[in-house]
Amino acid sequence: MHPFTLERPRDLAAVLALRAQAGRNDAPVEYIAGGTDMVQLLQEDVRRPERLVSLGRLLDNRIEAGPNGLRIGAGATMAEVAAHPAVAQQFPAIAEALLESASPQVRNQATMGGNLLQRPRCPYFRDVGYSACNRRVPGSGCSAMQGENRWHAVLGTSADCIAAHASDLAVAFVALDATVEVLNPSGRRNVLLNDFYCLPGATPHIATVLEPGELITAVSVPASPLSSRSHYLKVRDRASFEFALVSAAVALDMNGSRIREARVALGGVGTKPWRVPQVEAALAGSDLDRASLRQAAALAANGAQGYGHNDFKIELMQRAIVRAIETAGARA
Amino acid sequence: MARFNRRRRELLKLSAVTGGVCAAIPLVPGTLADAAEGADMAPAGSANPAPAFVNVTLRVNGTEHPLTLDPRTTLLDALREHLHLTGTKKGCGLGQCGACTVLMDGKRVKSCLSLAALVDGRDIKTIEGLAEGDELHPLQAAFIERDAFQCGYCTPGQIMAGVACIAEGHAGSPEEIRKWMSGNLCRCGAYDHIVLAIRDAAAVTRGG
Repeated sequence: MHPFTLERPRDLAAVLALRAQAGRNDAPVEYIAGGTDMVQLLQEDVRRPERLVSLGRLLDNRIEAGPNGLRIGAGATMAEVAAHPAVAQQFPAIAEALLESASPQVRNQATMGGNLLQRPRCPYFRDVGYSACNRRVPGSGCSAMQGENRWHAVLGTSADCIAAHASDLAVAFVALDATVEVLNPSGRRNVLLNDFYCLPGATPHIATVLEPGELITAVSVPASPLSSRSHYLKVRDRASFEFALVSAAVALDMNGSRIREARVALGGVGTKPWRVPQVEAALAGSDLDRASLRQAAALAANGAQGYGHNDFKIELMQRAIVRAIETAGARA
Repeated sequence: MARFNRRRRELLKLSAVTGGVCAAIPLVPGTLADAAEGADMAPAGSANPAPAFVNVTLRVNGTEHPLTLDPRTTLLDALREHLHLTGTKKGCGLGQCGACTVLMDGKRVKSCLSLAALVDGRDIKTIEGLAEGDELHPLQAAFIERDAFQCGYCTPGQIMAGVACIAEGHAGSPEEIRKWMSGNLCRCGAYDHIVLAIRDAAAVTRGG
């Protein structure tokens, strides 16, 4: 770990002032909340901030469910959100995505804001022994492109980066039209989570639309007839404590055995949580029979590109969509 | 060798910078060497070659310990190297193995992923605080009864995680135990016996 000065401000205004002096994303000033990703990045020298600003005890950690939907403070832990009765009953995909993430210990430590801002799990990004990583060192190249890329993305990639987004939670949130509340020195703004992450393009080191000093303070999920019939399916190499190779978050509004409306987002396959509106459009009015679902799911492969080891994801993600919809559709 | 020499040289440089402070504070292995490398790599004219130490009071097994720490010190390193509570084990240091599991405010956490300075005042329980005098916690006794370890290195983390697993109500079946204990690895492969020990203890207790 490189040396840093630890700042423990008394309020969020002081927090914002400290971070606002720094640049965007790869700043010499970083926030730390639960620390489960940041401490790993520090330990492995991936991040080398000069100052680390603690958000401890300053973030809202309330979980509120009402007629307008769900609002979760950015400081709530993964375990707290997963265990909240309203989340489990009215937004099952969120609870499932959380319970299929990480380990029980990490879920007790990691916060909502930190989960959404976790860095990718690309082994070349995480290992400074590889000099080429555009996300870590802009302009240095991409080791994954010709390397071991079984875990990498097939959607939203660029010539500069193919790292998959790692958050399960973000996939469920994107499927359910979640919005992040962002605080900055001049006020607040709301950003639809689907618009929050940047495609890597030629600037993979810029991961989100957050400006210097901005901070996620809460996540809101609107009330919807679809959310209670939602499901998160995670496909991975181990049954537990493993990142997704492919995942699908789906939400359905059913009219008898027919789908009135559907939401579908994919994880493990995109450089950001990947909503597939073309699949949703094809599912509207469809029955739950395997052939119809399969036909709609095939549209998810539009624009998908494999890089060798990860070619299998293009087929696997279509099957994951079908299975997740069958599971959600069978729910009472 | 060249790397070692450079580190050693920079270590001496850093020691000179921080002076008597270092001498008075127990060292975290690797920390100063890393600090030295940081000093080495910091841009010319950097105002921050060495971090300011921070004051923290760790509350461990009911006792408060005021400490002055390098801000990089993890809770795990503070427990082992400063408080000499070496029951909590250091495995991967990256949150992947679970050997460092402790309870914080009654909940299981990985102590390698928390900076000690940021858990000031939290109620921390380690394996050393689990027994009541000479009477082992039921899960400790069950680990012995079920022979739930070989080398024993992961055992303190397994037991602290197991205590939490039972208290959370996640020890209802072998399948549930396996899922909720998946954050703790055992390279000897004693999983079958660990599951049996947790089932036994769950039958007689809820919580630590």
